Amino acid sequence: MITFSDRQLSIPKLMRPVYLVTAGQSKFDRAFPGKRTEELCIDALTQAAEMIDMTPAELKSYIHTCYYGHFADHFGDQLLGEAVIHDRLGLDPLGNCGVKTGGATGGTTLWEGVKAVASGYSDCVLCMGWERMDEVPTDEGNFLISCAADKDWESPLGHIYTGYYAVMAQKYWKVFGKEEDSFRRTLAEISVKHHGYARMNPYAHGPMKITVEDVLNSPVVAHPLRALDCCLMSVGASCGILCDEETAMKLAKNAPHKPLRIWVTAGSHTLRPADRRDMEIPLLPNETKDQYKDLGKKFPGGERYPGFTGFLAARMAAYYAYNQVGIKDPTEDLDVIELHDAFTISDVQTYEDIGLRPYGCGRDYVESGDCYHTSPKTGKPGKLPSNISGGLIGCMHSVGATGIMQVFEIACHLWNRWAEVHGDEKRWKAFGRQKPADWTDLQVKGAKRGLAISHAGVGSHVTATILMNPENLIKKDA
Amino acid sequence: MSMIGQVHVKNNQYKIKGDFHHFTPNTPIRNADDAWKLMGVTNPRDMTYMHSYGGEALFFESLSQGRLMATRCDNPKCETKGSIYQPFRIHCPDCLAKMTPIDMTNIAKKTAKVHTFMVCERSGAFNILDKPIKFINIEFDGVCTILMSYLSVGEPKMGMRVVPIFQTLDPTYTILDLAWVPDGTEADQLPKGFSF
Ligand SMILES: [Zn+2]
Repeated sequence: MITFSDRQLSIPKLMRPVYLVTAGQSKFDRAFPGKRTEELCIDALTQAAEMIDMTPAELKSYIHTCYYGHFADHFGDQLLGEAVIHDRLGLDPLGNCGVKTGGATGGTTLWEGVKAVASGYSDCVLCMGWERMDEVPTDEGNFLISCAADKDWESPLGHIYTGYYAVMAQKYWKVFGKEEDSFRRTLAEISVKHHGYARMNPYAHGPMKITVEDVLNSPVVAHPLRALDCCLMSVGASCGILCDEETAMKLAKNAPHKPLRIWVTAGSHTLRPADRRDMEIPLLPNETKDQYKDLGKKFPGGERYPGFTGFLAARMAAYYAYNQVGIKDPTEDLDVIELHDAFTISDVQTYEDIGLRPYGCGRDYVESGDCYHTSPKTGKPGKLPSNISGGLIGCMHSVGATGIMQVFEIACHLWNRWAEVHGDEKRWKAFGRQKPADWTDLQVKGAKRGLAISHAGVGSHVTATILMNPENLIKKDA
Repeated sequence: MSMIGQVHVKNNQYKIKGDFHHFTPNTPIRNADDAWKLMGVTNPRDMTYMHSYGGEALFFESLSQGRLMATRCDNPKCETKGSIYQPFRIHCPDCLAKMTPIDMTNIAKKTAKVHTFMVCERSGAFNILDKPIKFINIEFDGVCTILMSYLSVGEPKMGMRVVPIFQTLDPTYTILDLAWVPDGTEADQLPKGFSF
């Protein structure tokens, strides 16, 4: 049993409020044989400028510090790729810094940016993320991804990251899913939902109109997971601009939207799941000490925490975030969320880690219809829609960009600009994509607060980003 | 012609012999849809690294000798004193004291159980395990962590008792020298080079 000190569990506090003023992103795809990474980054920054009716040059004149999220140097075969992008964006001689925390790189890049503004070091920060995963074929790509596992103890075992990850999925499937067909179908529903939402998103790399049966009939990757349960491997870039209050208001003077308050927190857990020792479940504000007393009885095999079924890093990120901004119950206090759906089953695991449902009951978030924009069962709006972008399964997983894409998407809802950004015929055409005849406006009506979870592999790093309309804060001094 | 790169240590310095890289010329990438215009180039590369096991060297050497080593924190001032770690960990995660290596081969033979598993149909480049790969995570009595490895005979199940086997003939001196088989497996069923 391991424990943590009160000092380690203390709630973070920003020294001054931080705002997300604008954001942008490139098209996402499996490969861009005709574009260099810098061209994608320039697409993202140009959109961020356009979102606030500015030219890129005007926006750039405000930027003081840059954080660049880019995970896998060996994929792009370029060390200090951040310096290349920084130069091509014409941002020298400003200070810049590369950030890498696996799949959570995008979220961590925002974490760094928020701290730079909150501390007073900078009034305006660029957070840009990207990944170049198309410079090697799939087998070699699997090898490169497996290098993110422990090189002596894990990677030599097949050089296949899915294998190190899916043992956790298997444990969850057995203990909390009880290997039920009904649970398998719920997982398939997540894939149908995310590929389906991606159809309305011109940026998305994996739009598909599919059924639960299609998911259940797709090839087995690692039982019980099938090809359509897994996220995409994408190329693309996304960015956000973070400012203090005064600069935010100046930048957004002529913009069609108001800056949003932003907070980012982070948690971690051992790179090797093997090293995870038993501990008590750290509680979120909507949980009680007693509620997990009989977890092992209700779910035999579920007595060990986090064992191979929970992501402690996600739990810790949520713990810090909810307490920092005053969230008492995420399903009540939030309006729209984006989660890191690397696999359908890890999406369900995350529902529990971040307190959307108690441990063991994650599937209910889908089965209740709460996770939908519009519940297919009732035709009514879902209580807390998730992954309307299509997520990692339907939209993209361009590692360093993913956590920032999620925040861009949440911001579009909070700015009430989702339809304008995603429905624009010109954008569909520019990306060489066909806008579907049944294109649907997925704006979450009246959304004021959102959350994005950015997650690395087996849960070594997780960040929680919270966005709020400044008029709808829960805790005034957060 | 060329010779595989080899290394030994003398006077605390690496002494190298042979080729540590192999040269392959690059080739252009052209667009078949647009008059074969140039779009990029290939960048072949094949390079050998020198990697130190440091304080874990004992663990990997022991596998080749048929022994599974773990470590235990014996620092009397440590809150988690007496905890046994597998994966073999050089320093205690709590007090950072250097831990004591212990031979846990018998604990493994008597108590190893599959905590979870995954049968994986895919692999990455440079994989040398047979597919599908049966990943298993193994729990042991009295050990506070759960080791990841693979099952080389039979089908994995949660809770199933397994025993370690070691590649003592032509070892690779990597984690692949350790594998597991269901308790009760006969010696003649083991893969080539492995023994109990
Ligand atoms: Zn100790």
